[in-house]
Amino acid sequence: MLSIKNLQAKVEDKLILKGIDLQVNAGEVHAIMGPNGSGKSSLASVLAGRESYEVTCGDVTFDGKNLLDLSPEDRAREGLFLAFQYPIEIPGVSNINFLRTALNEIRAYHNEPPIEAKEFLRLTREKQKLVEFDAKLTNRSLNEGFSGGEKKRNEIFQLAMLNPKLSILDETDSGLDIDALRIVSNGVNKLRSDKNAFIVITHYQRLLDYIVPDFVHVLYDGKIVKSGTKELALELEERGYDWIKEPVTSESV
Amino acid sequence: MTTTTSLYDQFTELYNKKETLNRNEWLHNLRREAFEAFTVQGFPTTRQEEWRFTNIAPFLKEAYTLEPAAASLHENKNAGSIPGLDAYEIVLKNGLLNVDVDIPGIRITPIRTGIQDPALQQYLGKHIAFRNNSFASLNTALFENGIIIEIAKNAVVDKPVHITHVYNAEEPFFSQPRILMIANRHSRAEIIESVFIKGRQSLFVNTVTECYIAENARLDQYHLQTAPGNAHFVNFTQVVQKGDSLYNNFTYTLPGAALVRNNLHLNLDGSNTESHLYGLYLTAGSQLVDNHTLVNHMKPHCLSNELYKGVLMDQSRAVFNGKIFVQQDAQKTNAFQQNNNMLLSDKAVVDSKPQLEIFADDVKCSHGSTVGSFNNEALFYLKARGIGEVAARNLLVNAFAFDVTNKIQIPAVREYVEKLIAHKMAEAYD
Ligand SMILES: Nc1ncnc2c1ncn2[C@@H]1O[C@H](COP(=O)(O)OP(=O)(O)O)[C@@H](O)[C@H]1O
Ligand SMILES: [Mg+2]
Repeated sequence: MLSIKNLQAKVEDKLILKGIDLQVNAGEVHAIMGPNGSGKSSLASVLAGRESYEVTCGDVTFDGKNLLDLSPEDRAREGLFLAFQYPIEIPGVSNINFLRTALNEIRAYHNEPPIEAKEFLRLTREKQKLVEFDAKLTNRSLNEGFSGGEKKRNEIFQLAMLNPKLSILDETDSGLDIDALRIVSNGVNKLRSDKNAFIVITHYQRLLDYIVPDFVHVLYDGKIVKSGTKELALELEERGYDWIKEPVTSESV
Repeated sequence: MTTTTSLYDQFTELYNKKETLNRNEWLHNLRREAFEAFTVQGFPTTRQEEWRFTNIAPFLKEAYTLEPAAASLHENKNAGSIPGLDAYEIVLKNGLLNVDVDIPGIRITPIRTGIQDPALQQYLGKHIAFRNNSFASLNTALFENGIIIEIAKNAVVDKPVHITHVYNAEEPFFSQPRILMIANRHSRAEIIESVFIKGRQSLFVNTVTECYIAENARLDQYHLQTAPGNAHFVNFTQVVQKGDSLYNNFTYTLPGAALVRNNLHLNLDGSNTESHLYGLYLTAGSQLVDNHTLVNHMKPHCLSNELYKGVLMDQSRAVFNGKIFVQQDAQKTNAFQQNNNMLLSDKAVVDSKPQLEIFADDVKCSHGSTVGSFNNEALFYLKARGIGEVAARNLLVNAFAFDVTNKIQIPAVREYVEKLIAHKMAEAYD
């Protein structure tokens, strides 16, 4: 589904991603871990098409298309979804109006008619339930005055509504208490299928108890320095990140 | 310069011709005083503080007709209509009302006939400072057409009144309509004004509106300023509020008219009044939109709240000047003012100037002014959800305008304004 080859990117003339290779297939969940500042959010941003990043080298194909050629909105319309680490507040744009607009723009891209009011309502109700998202919040301005946890849950609610092929969750777990974490994870697990895939970026192993990954990668200094299965996450939990920060050894090449 | 002078000469000639025929003494005196004030000032120049950012001279160069041939405007059913609006409809053609209208609780009279009533002396031109307002003086000296709207004591008008001003610009035309609204005690009414223009020649409309709001009355006034590029508007609105009255003003200016200058002056001449002024200007092309407001707190315990928002595209320009005066008597005044601007183009320019003068000591006043542009983070967030550039910008502009548009109390008007914004934005990005 997603194939990243030697991806390098810089921001304000500073090289942040220094050659990333990653292959994600339908039905898989990949976890990306790594210390703060290692480039996890940057990778997510580059994939979503944030303009402040300049790709200097490498290729990314998404379902056979050259992802880097697409505008951010077309990437989303092709089925890429980024759950933001820091979702922004947009006063005056109602959550529900925003979602309807997004859904219809995606449908128009695929030559489908706008969603019927009744169907939209049904879908909203169903997905609200899935992530236990407070119906009152749906009618409020986008994220305005939401708690940290509510914002994160709203990201997963949007994910559920837009039903993307590939979802990138950027530290969705940070700022969530254990109950919220369980709800969000349950939601994601219910949305998992053999047709979609997830990249779960996290700092802590905790989340991976709930969303069990097929693969775990460690990102450090703009490179994936280690890849493995879910046991790698447990090892990181025990030993911390210091051991991977040591000068690159033959093991990690 | 010479052509401007000639317009000035045209007015002088017209005044001399007309005033010899005037047999109504108080009106004659009023017109003479006003015309003298105009003669002393002439048309405003950018050397005057009040017109520093708005150069009127280029717009006065046209060879305007002051008295058009008998209005040959055919009734166009849909001219200026607002979809879904259930209102009492009034159409003024070049300022002329030519059918009788029957609205429960309201008396509407063409100003030509109404003016003969000596009772009007206490309202007409009574509260306008001629010495500082040359356009308002000119209008007072020479207005011919317009209407008087009088809302009866205790009348609560059940539907909004919608006035469509239709102008014939098949030849260059300088029009000076006059409107007087009298809201008697305990009355309540909503008045919506919009414009429809026929013809492509230059049109200059110098309007003076006076609103007198008696004790415990409420008046909501909507100005929907949509017009094509051949239109130029100078509006002077003088409001007088008596005790315990409520006045809401909504002024929405959209892309089109080459020049819009609004002066909105409030005299809060009674205690316990409440006034809300909401303005939105969405400008495009090389449009110039200038809003000057003056809220004069004269008595204690009054509240005024003003929020003007601007969205500027292309090489358009906007001016906001908001004055709040709190007179010595006006203790316990609450006066708030805010002006926020969003520049959507590098070439757009806004001059925003709040001005507070406070002579009382126990007051709460605040003012603020901001100029910004699109929030790129917000734009990216919307795009990352599949929303394209045009729709995303639309959402953000509507969001910015939201706290002004959501104050519109009439759903059809609100929808109309929101649709106009979306439509004009899409046009600008084509
Ligand atoms: N706009 C920016 N300008 C300069 N440096 C940036 C910018 N955004 C991110 N960085 C830098 O890129 C590096 C990676 O950051 P980030 O991708 O947020 O890491 P992570 O998500 O792994 O914590 C950090 O050193 C950060 O300071
Ligand atoms: Mg991060």
